[in-house]
This record gives sequence, C-alpha cells and structure tokens, in this order.
Amino acid sequence: MVWRSYEFGSPWREIERLQREMNRLFADVASDFTPRIAPGYPAMNIWTNDEGGVITAELPGLSPEDIDISVVGETLTLSGERKADKVGDDVRYHRQERGYGKFSRTIQLPFQVDADKVEAVFDKGVLHIALPRAEADKPRKIAVKTA
Amino acid sequence: MAKNALQEVKKKEVEVMEGAERSRSVKAYVPRVDIYETDDAVHVIADMPGVDEKSVDITLEKNVLSIYGEVNPDKPENYSLAYAEYEMGDYERKFTLSDEIDREKIEASVKDGVLRLVLPKAGPAKTRRIPVKGA
Repeated sequence: MVWRSYEFGSPWREIERLQREMNRLFADVASDFTPRIAPGYPAMNIWTNDEGGVITAELPGLSPEDIDISVVGETLTLSGERKADKVGDDVRYHRQERGYGKFSRTIQLPFQVDADKVEAVFDKGVLHIALPRAEADKPRKIAVKTA
Repeated sequence: MAKNALQEVKKKEVEVMEGAERSRSVKAYVPRVDIYETDDAVHVIADMPGVDEKSVDITLEKNVLSIYGEVNPDKPENYSLAYAEYEMGDYERKFTLSDEIDREKIEASVKDGVLRLVLPKAGPAKTRRIPVKGA
C-alpha cells in the first residue's frame, strides 16, 4: 500500500494539534502558579485599582524600626532584618522552625508611584504599604468625537 | 545560608481530620514555632501574623496544649487582588506536653504577630538528671 499523506492528512498533523492543545492547557494552569516576581521573603500580596495599589506582607516579630522601604519610580524595595531571639546558653531546643536573618526584596509595580505619598502601617505583624499612583501615570479617558 | 535563615514562607494548611470539618469557612494554617526548654520552663514561640491578644485562644487540656488564632482577613477596600503569594486564615496547632507543667503559672503574650508562651515546670518535678555510672 502506498501512503498518500495528502489524501489522509498526516497523522503527525493530528499529533501536533494535540500537542498545541496540551501546551495551551498547561499554560493556562501554569499561569496561576507562575509568579511574575521571583518569590522570596517576605511573601507579598498586591492589591490594585486605578488610583494605585496596596502591598501587604506578613512580617511577624519585626518592629517598624526593623523595616526599610524605598520607592523609586515603579520599583519598591523592602528590606530589613528579623533578629534571632536572645536565649541563654543552657536552653534545649525541641523545635526551631522560625527563621531569622536579613532580607531584601525588590518588586516592579505596574504603575509609577507618587513616592511622596507612600504610607506604610505595621500592625500585628502585618505590613501595609499604600502606594498612590503618580498623577501623570493615571489613565485618561479619551472622548470620541463624531466627524 | 544557615538552616534557620529566612525562607520563602509557604503557609502549611491544617489537615482536616477524618469526619471533622471546620465550621468557619476560613482556612486554617499551622503556625511556625520555636519550642525550647530551660531548667525551669518550656517556652513556645509561634509566628501568627494578624493575631492580637484578643483573637488568640490557648487551652491546656490534660497535657494537650492548643493554640488557636483567629484572623480577620483585612482586604483593602475598593482594591482588587492583583497578585498573591500568601493567603490569610486562622492559625491552629496542638502540642502534647509532659506532665510537669505548672498550669496555674502559664503566661502568654502577643506582640507584633508573635505569640510567646512560658510554661513553668512544676516545682518538685524539675528535671532530674540521672547519672549513669560506669561499671
């Protein structure tokens, strides 16, 4: 028998189609898990609207003096140090799960920030940073005129 | 980095026991703890961001110490969540202690989202080292 691919359609074409389909499927799923920011410490949640954004981060055991925030344009750097507890020499650890040390994390926001109006509140071990969007960067409505 | 260096915090969810679901629809997480013992007390330190002294509940029944922290997820108003790395939820964890704790003198404090418990050992039962003699 002579294989005439043009008549049947190549079986490869079907496999390719399936492959594309699978890729698309996995890309959909993966997009939920792949962060746009390299994960690090601390974990952050970012909330946004047209007026700006709010970043929250859980930093238990730190005090406001231990946290350093700097904003330039659309990048925000959060750094600080979580200090180890001072304990005597004669303690016996059963468990040690809490980490400590220095951290620094820089993230890029989807908008320019008005650096003068950034406010940060630290309460119950949770940091809230309010980042108002720069006036010049806000979306503008464009009226459509009839000719 | 050392073993205890800061790591990416992926909260571990409390496993649901067979046949027992949580009544609150909020998720519960296992707080990270340090537990250490000195000659006269056991110290428990738990990271529970979002919890204050009013929303934490500690019970000691028989020799099971339960820590429960209720967190009201604070969502900024009129904002939508654009990117999330952690979820908010309650905290729950249980430990079995040895019998030698003086229940009356347990002290607990919460500061900056960290719970600190001091469980003093009962007087007469303070750790007694048993010396092992060579033959």
